[in-house]
Amino acid sequence: MPGLGTSFGRGGATTAQQDVANADCILIEGSSMAEAHPVGFRWVMKAKERGATIIHVDPRFSRTSALADIWVPIRAGTDIVFLGALIRHLIENDLFFREYVVYYTNASCILSDEYRDPEDNGDGYFSGWNEEKHAYEGESWLYKGGDLSRPERDLTLQDPQCVFQKLKRHFSRYTPEMAEKVCGIPPELFHKVADALVAASGPEHTAAVCYAVGWTQHSKGVQIIRAAAILQLLLGNIGRPGGGILALRGHASIQGSTDIPTLYDILPGYLTMPHKGDETLQQYLDNYTKKTGLWAHYPEYIVSTLKAYYGTHATAENDFGYGWLPKLTGNHSFFEFLYDMLDGKMEGMFLMGQNPAVGAPNSRLQRKALSKLKWLVVRDMVEIESANFWRESPEIDRGELKPENIETEVFFFPAAGHAEKEGAFTNTQRLLQWREKAIDPPGDCRSDAWFVHQLALRLIAKAKASADPIDEPLRALDWWYPEDSLGDTNMEAVLAEINGWHTLEEKENVERPTSNAQHPTEDGVVFGVDRNGEPHHGPQVNAFAELKADGSTACGCWIYSGVFGRDGVNKANLRKSRDYLGHGWGFAWPSDRRIIYNRASARPDGSPWSERKKLIWWDSEKWTGIDVPGFVKGKAPDYEPEVGAEGLDAIPGDAPFILHEDGLGWIYVPKGLRDGPFPTHYEPLESPVSNDLYSHATDPAVNWFTRNENRFAPPGDARFPFVLTTYRLTEHHTAGGMSRFLSHLAELQPEMFAEISPELASELKINKGDYICIVTLRGAIEARALVSRRIRPLRINGKRVHQAALPYHYGTAGLVCGGTANDLLTISGEPNVTIMEAKALTCNIVPGRLPHGQAFAEFLNKYAPQAGQISLHPEEPSVSTGTSGGGHASEGKE
Amino acid sequence: MTSLTALLSKWPLVRQIRERKDGTGLEAMSEKTRVMHARTDDAQVARSICPYCGVGCGQLVYHKNGKLISIEGDPESPISQGNLCPKGAASYQLLTHSRRETKMKYRAPRAKEWTEISLERAMEMVAERVWESRKRAFVRQIDGSNINHTTAICHLGGATLDNEENYLIKKLFTAGLGMVCVSNQARI
Repeated sequence: MPGLGTSFGRGGATTAQQDVANADCILIEGSSMAEAHPVGFRWVMKAKERGATIIHVDPRFSRTSALADIWVPIRAGTDIVFLGALIRHLIENDLFFREYVVYYTNASCILSDEYRDPEDNGDGYFSGWNEEKHAYEGESWLYKGGDLSRPERDLTLQDPQCVFQKLKRHFSRYTPEMAEKVCGIPPELFHKVADALVAASGPEHTAAVCYAVGWTQHSKGVQIIRAAAILQLLLGNIGRPGGGILALRGHASIQGSTDIPTLYDILPGYLTMPHKGDETLQQYLDNYTKKTGLWAHYPEYIVSTLKAYYGTHATAENDFGYGWLPKLTGNHSFFEFLYDMLDGKMEGMFLMGQNPAVGAPNSRLQRKALSKLKWLVVRDMVEIESANFWRESPEIDRGELKPENIETEVFFFPAAGHAEKEGAFTNTQRLLQWREKAIDPPGDCRSDAWFVHQLALRLIAKAKASADPIDEPLRALDWWYPEDSLGDTNMEAVLAEINGWHTLEEKENVERPTSNAQHPTEDGVVFGVDRNGEPHHGPQVNAFAELKADGSTACGCWIYSGVFGRDGVNKANLRKSRDYLGHGWGFAWPSDRRIIYNRASARPDGSPWSERKKLIWWDSEKWTGIDVPGFVKGKAPDYEPEVGAEGLDAIPGDAPFILHEDGLGWIYVPKGLRDGPFPTHYEPLESPVSNDLYSHATDPAVNWFTRNENRFAPPGDARFPFVLTTYRLTEHHTAGGMSRFLSHLAELQPEMFAEISPELASELKINKGDYICIVTLRGAIEARALVSRRIRPLRINGKRVHQAALPYHYGTAGLVCGGTANDLLTISGEPNVTIMEAKALTCNIVPGRLPHGQAFAEFLNKYAPQAGQISLHPEEPSVSTGTSGGGHASEGKE
Repeated sequence: MTSLTALLSKWPLVRQIRERKDGTGLEAMSEKTRVMHARTDDAQVARSICPYCGVGCGQLVYHKNGKLISIEGDPESPISQGNLCPKGAASYQLLTHSRRETKMKYRAPRAKEWTEISLERAMEMVAERVWESRKRAFVRQIDGSNINHTTAICHLGGATLDNEENYLIKKLFTAGLGMVCVSNQARI
């Protein structure tokens, strides 16, 4: 999540759900929290009971809107104009929290003279665009002099080259009138929101922002979150109780799977995967270690990771096995390798708890891609669409695919459920919560850990019998894990490795562990014996500050250090909450801090901003308070670093954002984003209108994934006049594998539908409950019309624009089946994280039923001609451009 | 006579008159009701977390003799305070419903149906496929730079798995096998 990562330093929600109850105002945008995160929404309701104003900005009136004080309908995909107008309002009317902004953010930093803003030419481009590479070169975005550690500052915010003045100019045309024109939000409503937010800012008040994939799944999703970050920094709401930005995650461990990533470009703890050219460990360290701030400790983190991966095989002499790590040669994210699948370049695939045949965009293409594999392993609890696409799919029904022609070998492994295995999820607020195992899984069902462990044992055995140099990393892999009677690894032993320990090489005379128990030895060793009964590792580390770059420590994920220290207590499994932040229940990374950047909860002099909003403060010797201080404990508020200071010593006593080289909150991102240092409004890749602000309509750095089967309608295409958006139902879960097969949930939401307004229904002569077809250039699906006032036409630039909203959970398997909304979507790549635009597209609606079988192709061709030019949008390149891949992944993903 | 008294005292109405109660308390209970108890009373409890969205509601998983009894909200969770949404409340069914697959299944190339094979056999076959694909498509160097990766095997998934599982996946697939095409729901 580079949106939060580049703004504040860490790619995670800044606060805890319970803390939302302390907010005086809550802005929910890009989320229907009451429906998608209902139990978390209780804390919003608690805040409301205490007098907070609740604002919901959404194209669709949902249960969240019904419970909010203010509902603001907005055209999908125009959030930056609305947020930008709020930012402009704060600046123009001097309503921002000046002391917070001056001291804690980079508003005062002076920029390079080379920087050019999209305002300068009105074309939508920042300086540094390289048309040939289809990418920005970001040198001109740096601070003056290029040094991020010690920027030149003007605390009066008057210097024309300072961030604040550039911000002011950048958003000068984002007026309430512009918001009305582009988003369809009346100025009175805009002012109501602005007044509520301003009233909840300052020493005595705070406001919180909650968002979900309604913000991330856009062609400029990261920049929407950036706009919210700027707003919250201007209002002084980060690091304070009742403030912050709560990113609402849609899966039980989506935060965890980013922290310990099953992602291509990062290693655990947001370390960067090495790229081609990062030949030696030293070269790699030179490229990614920062001189100042916490990232100065990069060598400790990566060397400890390598020690966790390769054990005693990782030595100082062999760069700790750095050479064995694979190197990236480009963007290897899902959509890139999906195209490799389609082109027959991918041999095998593992699908573990994901169902792209329903849940991924352009799912007709997804299903075809599966049929091109040589082999496919699916691990799931039910026979999902991605497991049986070869015998039951719309393509089989339409004769586009035939089982006898599909070569793919499919292995379906039944998976264990959450109560049949132990392990930790990391929830939406960075909280690790352990699950105890209740029962053994039935039949052949096994955990995913079992599968990986059993596969590892077999492959490592093969590698040991081989002399091939390519098998060296496998031979070196430290696969020491003790196992239970089912052949499952001991999961707490894995957690112990993730936490980190001192290696045995450290001291020759250290007492060698002899038992394999969680109960720690006197030195603090847990699970100290490997599968052969040999001593494996030394005492646990208690915190990441103990990690070393000399091979004397190993650590699987440095940000999780502290979860399982020398006391032998699995803190993810703590279950005694002591305070409202939940200390004593689970473990929040980093260091059990519940509200991060909490140095900002005190004034620059270290005293609380107010009694009402106090969290941590300086007590004349140390930082203390309700939360774990996110600051060097004994660093005084008036500490000034010496010239040339490094690491955390270079961070002044009044700089709360210690992961940034300058310790400041970044209103302006001088480095780390691919599509600009400020958020800028670009139209969705498919839009009913052109861009009112810039001559270039769409985000220049976006990857269109140009392909015949993935075509985009040009702006204002009369064939696709309606805005299409997608959403989630309370009663179903993502691609349906965990809900459409369950009678209780299936009964509650039995059928695919499309929400449209009474105005649109009457224009198209559709009655409530009628069958309709929704058509895009990618495909067509059938749904029942849900005609409702919950969705309404908006007036955009004088033109009436209708919106249609679709739930995306349905497919062909399970108890309840229905059209797959993702059949309609495009594959596209937001420039920073390669996420698709799923929330703002265009479509047509045709009354009646969707033809089955071969008649489908005829129908689709009638409404969405499949022949002809591939790139129809004037800004879409004629061939897929790809992206350069990696470079700043340490800030994480959405 | 004694037995008649005993018989009569089983009659709630008699108890009600004798004990001068209004018939809304324990006196109104039949023997059958009296011996009834919650099915979770003598069950063991595992403390767990809901597997659906990212809120992370606490769950109490009741089980007895290797069988699930019930899954309820954990009142002590500081996040959920005992509440579950419709999905969380259905998680007992998630584990016990009849459409859940419990057998290993294999589909051969061009086959029209699944065949059942043993887990052991399937693991051997998958290990063989990985080994072969990796051998065929492993890149050691490009332009003199060390690469040590393969882009012919990919992985998708992780947001529904445990941290420890994601850790093992990354360790084996990336650090061991050199797979770089590893992705999950966090990106898409």
